[in-house]
Amino acid sequence: MGKCMQGFLDEQFMELEELQDDVNPNFVEEVATLYFKDSARLINSIDQALERGSFDFNRLDNYMHQFKGSSSSIGASKVKTECTMFREYCRVGNAEGCLRTFQQVKKEHATLRKKLEHYFQASQ
Amino acid sequence: MAEVMRSETLNISNNTSSLASPELLHVLAVDDSIVDRKFIERLLRVSSCKVTVVDSATRALQYLGLDGDNNSVGFEDLKINLIMTDYSMPGMTGYELLKKIKESSAFREIPVVIMSSENILPRIDRCLEEGAEDFLLKPVKLADVKRLRDSLLKAEERVFKNIMHKRELEANDIFSQLKRAKI
Repeated sequence: MGKCMQGFLDEQFMELEELQDDVNPNFVEEVATLYFKDSARLINSIDQALERGSFDFNRLDNYMHQFKGSSSSIGASKVKTECTMFREYCRVGNAEGCLRTFQQVKKEHATLRKKLEHYFQASQ
Repeated sequence: MAEVMRSETLNISNNTSSLASPELLHVLAVDDSIVDRKFIERLLRVSSCKVTVVDSATRALQYLGLDGDNNSVGFEDLKINLIMTDYSMPGMTGYELLKKIKESSAFREIPVVIMSSENILPRIDRCLEEGAEDFLLKPVKLADVKRLRDSLLKAEERVFKNIMHKRELEANDIFSQLKRAKI
């Protein structure tokens, strides 16, 4: 894992890499693909829920719990940190905090996506 | 003229080891997260386990034949050595699944491991009290899976040794009977 990844991905990503072998050479990329597909769905659900303006914090927290979980499984540390913050705002019912943090979540998510795209292209 | 042994006296026990195949544990993994399903499946395969993955507790119960639609009578061929389930799942939680498994006469002996991303002590206690074999924090480590596998294989080995010992005793018993009958 190169220097450009540092901070964005933690040891969990390295654990994923260790699970790759000659028989399953694309395991990490497959996991990443599933992650981005799944997280896109969750981002969409949260976006829609926030746009509606009705802050069902339980529901938002539920989405974010899933998002945080899969981010953790892929080792996306920065995304995970933002997810934790979002959940804190949900917990105290702070709508503005949720909106603000969610922008950060999306930003980190997009950055990670670009980095991983380059990473996988480079390892072809 | 030798007397034919009556079938009752030839009652050699026919239990086989519950391993799915030699040295291969069969694990049922339950998780609603597609990323985590992919991950746990890989961890288990790398640890030389046979894996069945389902996306909900309901599906797990269906697979085990515990969903009430079938009676689990026909499920003797289903050899599961370990169930690993996520705790937080929509619908039925891993905890509720654990309870259902422990209530079932067919499957209560199967070790159930709970996985969770949240380190909540009362939750852990509750699961262990309900009979969970272990509680793993997510993301699960390969070392955790290997440790589970090794401990299960040891337990299977003990069961196997007991069965072999029992067979030996039964064989000796029959031999003695044959001697007495002077066959």
